[in-house]
Amino acid sequence: MIEVDVGLDLGAFKLSVAFADGQGITALFGQSGSGKSLTLNLIAGLLRPDRGFIRLDGEPLVDVAKGVFVPPHRRRIGLVFQDSNLFPHMSVKQNLLYGRWFAPKFSREIEFDAVIDTLGIGALLARRPARLSGGERQRVAIGRALLSCPKLLLFDEPLAALDMARKLEIMPLIERIRDEFKVPIVYVSHAVEEVMRLAASVVVLEAGKVKAIGDPNEVFGAPAGSLEDRFDRSSVLTVTVGPEDAAYGLTQLKHPAGTIWLAGPAGPPGRTVRIIVHASDVLLAIRPLSDVSVRNVLSGVIQSIQTNGPFAMTEIALEGGGRLAAVATRQAIDDLHLEDGSRVLALVKTTAIDERDIAATPHA
Amino acid sequence: MFHLTPDEWTAIALSLRIAVVATLASLPLGIFTAYALARWNFPGKTLVNGFVHLPLVLPPVVTGFILLILLGRRGVFGPFLQSIGIVLSFRWTGAAVACAVMGFPLMVRAMRLSFEGIDRRLERASGSLGASGLWTFLLVSLPLAVPGIIVGAILAFAKALGEFGATITFVSNIPGETQTISAAIYTLTQVPGGDVGAMRLTIIAIVIALAALIASEIIQRWAEKRVASFE
Repeated sequence: MIEVDVGLDLGAFKLSVAFADGQGITALFGQSGSGKSLTLNLIAGLLRPDRGFIRLDGEPLVDVAKGVFVPPHRRRIGLVFQDSNLFPHMSVKQNLLYGRWFAPKFSREIEFDAVIDTLGIGALLARRPARLSGGERQRVAIGRALLSCPKLLLFDEPLAALDMARKLEIMPLIERIRDEFKVPIVYVSHAVEEVMRLAASVVVLEAGKVKAIGDPNEVFGAPAGSLEDRFDRSSVLTVTVGPEDAAYGLTQLKHPAGTIWLAGPAGPPGRTVRIIVHASDVLLAIRPLSDVSVRNVLSGVIQSIQTNGPFAMTEIALEGGGRLAAVATRQAIDDLHLEDGSRVLALVKTTAIDERDIAATPHA
Repeated sequence: MFHLTPDEWTAIALSLRIAVVATLASLPLGIFTAYALARWNFPGKTLVNGFVHLPLVLPPVVTGFILLILLGRRGVFGPFLQSIGIVLSFRWTGAAVACAVMGFPLMVRAMRLSFEGIDRRLERASGSLGASGLWTFLLVSLPLAVPGIIVGAILAFAKALGEFGATITFVSNIPGETQTISAAIYTLTQVPGGDVGAMRLTIIAIVIALAALIASEIIQRWAEKRVASFE
């Protein structure tokens, strides 16, 4: 159980963050400069807050009013960074056992073999970090943090330095760690996909303040990202896996508002998955279109339209629940006479939906 | 010509002993000073840094004279040292002190660079894994600085072998006690017919210096391979 309620002033930037969470993965989400890395450093003890407290399992790590400050090495918080930061002069095995040696004996509950198996790093033990690939290094770094038997794991954009293939290799491992070792995780990220897939709850930071907090489905269900940047705006739809069209390599995803074809497998039918739709990938129509290549049509009602220069950001309440953001030009909105309450069809290209991390889910 | 006289053998053995003792004895303080200068911020840091480098810029004779004032038999700390059984003036131990002081800035410089080159995130990672500052130093910083520590030690050793000015000022030039290779060569050049002896010692000095350099190169290459960074 981590409880955070801290403030920190750095010149003009004022950080003021409060949240509490106990289970699974809590994501700290925000763009760079939102204060998420500062918050992480405060939890890790690399920075001291000006106000407030941080408690872990009821014990204060820092409490400004009471003058408590536990130094980083006594906090029992495992850190996983963007770069693996493995010790270059030690073998993989020595790296893995480093933190274990410092952990109090009674707390060494996480078994070496279990971690090695889960992360699939048994064959690497004798090697030096210099002879590992980027993905292997990150797996070892996760194992090293886990084997220190921490009360909390802090992940600081652990996938940011990896390419897509490596990301898809590591993400299921983070899920397995979450499920098998029961260590609460605070996960800092600016990638909606990662947060959606991994986190049980999300704390959205903006300019040093908590902007939203809650289930990622709800937080991002209200479309995420800023209004100012249309490429940054996306929505998350919860859908059910339907039948496959093996001949074309497509899978049907069912939503009450319509059917979406996914370009790849999505696991067994009936499973619930989440997909991310970028606002700039959505077309709006009033009547069903024939003779177009776009197959995915979702029906709904316009809830709000916000204009910004030449653009209009519309939010659509989909039939049967869920919200979808779509951006169009202001001119198009006016030509179609769209306004709050208008019935619309939202068209999404299958090719614009990232099927890759849906297929890689291990619980399939 | 290559038959060394007993006095010359004595000078060679003494030089090596003084250089080895001076290097090893100053190593712990050198490592500590280098780490402190590289990683800590404390009041008077610039002053400490200047003080460490002083022997590098002062004329060696001045350094030797300061040592005489401070540590000589009638010096500031001389009587105290004598009361606990340490006599430095006109002893080989005094020569070792002079050599250590002269080599210290070179040693600290090389080591400091090495400590500064270590990725702080590794030390942070060590802390997050539960290691205290001292353990992090012993298990991460120190091993990673080994190449620089070797370089620093070799530089100090080479400086000690060649030291002349501060040594001769502080502990004089006594055959069998404080007469190093350098001092012996100097003495030989001052007497008629001493050239051949001076030549022999010169060749010996070159051989020792080359051997030390080659050894350091080999050790350093091995050490760098061990700590090769990869990111």
